[in-house]
Amino acid sequence: MTTITSTKTSAISRPPLPGAANRRRVRPFDLVRYVILLIVAGVILIPIGYAILGGFKSNNQLVGDPVSVFPSPWILSNYTDVVLGANALVFWREAANSLIIATVAVTLTVGLASLAAFVFARIVFPGREAIYTLFTLGLLFPSAVAILPLYILIRQVGLDGNLLGVALPQAAFGLPLTIIILRPFFKSIPVELEDAAKIDGCSTFGFFWRILLPLARPALATVSVLAIVGTWNAFLLPLILLNGADQWTLPLGVMNFATEHVSDQARILAFTVISIMPAIAFYVIAEKQIVGGLTAGSVKG
Amino acid sequence: MSAISARSGVDARSRAKLRTVTLFLLPALVLYLLFVLFPVVQAAHYSVFKWNGLEPLDNFVGLKNYETAFNSDAFKTAVSNNLLIIVLSLAIQIPFSLSLALLLNRRFPGRAAFRLIFFVPYVLSEAITGVVFTLLLQPHALVDGSLQAAGLGGLVQHWLADTGIVMITMFVIITWKYFGFHMILLLAGLQGIPRELEEAALIDGAGRWQAFRYITLPLLGPTLRVSVFLSMIGSLQLFDMVWVMTGGGPLNASNTMAISMFKAGIKNQQMGYGSALAVIIFLFALVLALAYQRFVLRRDVEGALTVFNG
Repeated sequence: MTTITSTKTSAISRPPLPGAANRRRVRPFDLVRYVILLIVAGVILIPIGYAILGGFKSNNQLVGDPVSVFPSPWILSNYTDVVLGANALVFWREAANSLIIATVAVTLTVGLASLAAFVFARIVFPGREAIYTLFTLGLLFPSAVAILPLYILIRQVGLDGNLLGVALPQAAFGLPLTIIILRPFFKSIPVELEDAAKIDGCSTFGFFWRILLPLARPALATVSVLAIVGTWNAFLLPLILLNGADQWTLPLGVMNFATEHVSDQARILAFTVISIMPAIAFYVIAEKQIVGGLTAGSVKG
Repeated sequence: MSAISARSGVDARSRAKLRTVTLFLLPALVLYLLFVLFPVVQAAHYSVFKWNGLEPLDNFVGLKNYETAFNSDAFKTAVSNNLLIIVLSLAIQIPFSLSLALLLNRRFPGRAAFRLIFFVPYVLSEAITGVVFTLLLQPHALVDGSLQAAGLGGLVQHWLADTGIVMITMFVIITWKYFGFHMILLLAGLQGIPRELEEAALIDGAGRWQAFRYITLPLLGPTLRVSVFLSMIGSLQLFDMVWVMTGGGPLNASNTMAISMFKAGIKNQQMGYGSALAVIIFLFALVLALAYQRFVLRRDVEGALTVFNG
């Protein structure tokens, strides 16, 4: 079986030389493939494009002629109001709140998960697998289950209406996936390296901090990016725990902005588009880590 | 601990190890126990009380909150809506994601661009996605306008206001947002399968469908399991998008278990009842996980994983 497969490898499935694919004649199936993919891409991009262009229209244009693609005339005031003008204070405050929560939560998740994953990967001690399993349980149930008691708990410790009260549970929710992804990466770093470091006088923490973490930088980038996306988009937890407009994060802010400006659709679209820009920019920059991280996560059964 | 430290040599080292383990592990463990596991246990605890979340917790009512839940029409609708989304996801969304993954599982010009585009919705927040689609689906807005322009005006519906349509609308938007995620997972799984296996089957006279059905699909099993499981857990706690778009309406038609829980616990201050609903969500997840594991394990023994034929 294996021999057969390997012959086939050399005979048939060798990747074409660079450029060969472009020179190859387009087969009918390729055409079908492109048509399907283009339709799906259209379905993805049209709502986003509609929102972007809609922000440049007047409400009369939006309501009067919903299918025309380009604004005429182009109106900049909706966007400039969000970034610099009438709605800027609200927008930037919400962006800052989102940023603060994401920074605290992601730093905690990645920092604490790295320490824990190090222990799970490299130190043998009784009860290790039991505690590890405890963490993996966190992936098996919907986090919504914990929401109401969290609301009580956060109020009892006096963190309600405090960004930290959102960031701490958010960090805790991120731990299981982060630990599960980091553990095999940490495991793959050779023991000899650790022995050598120890002989040179490195403490365990010194090895972790100065040798292991730098070596695991790609894995750390991946889990950070996943944690950022998760925290940035969180909705239910901040909805329950934050109790004033001055604490809202962007998702809460967009929802409330839409309720407050029901009759001003163009402005809602502009506000929404500006609010998703950080996420989209971040995705374009970090696409490799996001996709890579999901792939790594999926390898575990 | 003190018995260990009384001895020396080897024990000094194992004591150092214990200290390392404690220092490294404790912060994560405390955070996780305090904010994830403890609240779940508390939910079970609160669920047997009638409690508004403020007064002392002393009005024990046994399983009455659970009884109320299963006699509530709104909650029954919620359960059936969550199950509907699970079924539709497994029957439509995952096969759709798999088809696209298969289309992208070959080098061709533009592949990276398509992959990039399909994944964009996943990084947008559900709440913000909900706001955009609410605008698109207003009467006479983009969706209606496009249908009319295409001569399909007869298909126009009250997308979010018709009790018979609203969950289908939700499902379509959920698919818009999440198919790229499943596609990326499945694409990664496909790329882990040596192409030679399928080609060998083709040379041995198998048709394309047979090669896919008997070679590729079984080997994709582990990835499909992850995809299906994540989809089920996600469907069970559906909240953000529905809350933003309809608040569970009209007439509870798009109610979900998480929305019922939120309304009970936060809006109506019925913390005990809301906690009972949380426990029910947890039990659904548990039963699905166990049943799913049994089902899939049996399938694996038989040598084929077929979520589609089932």
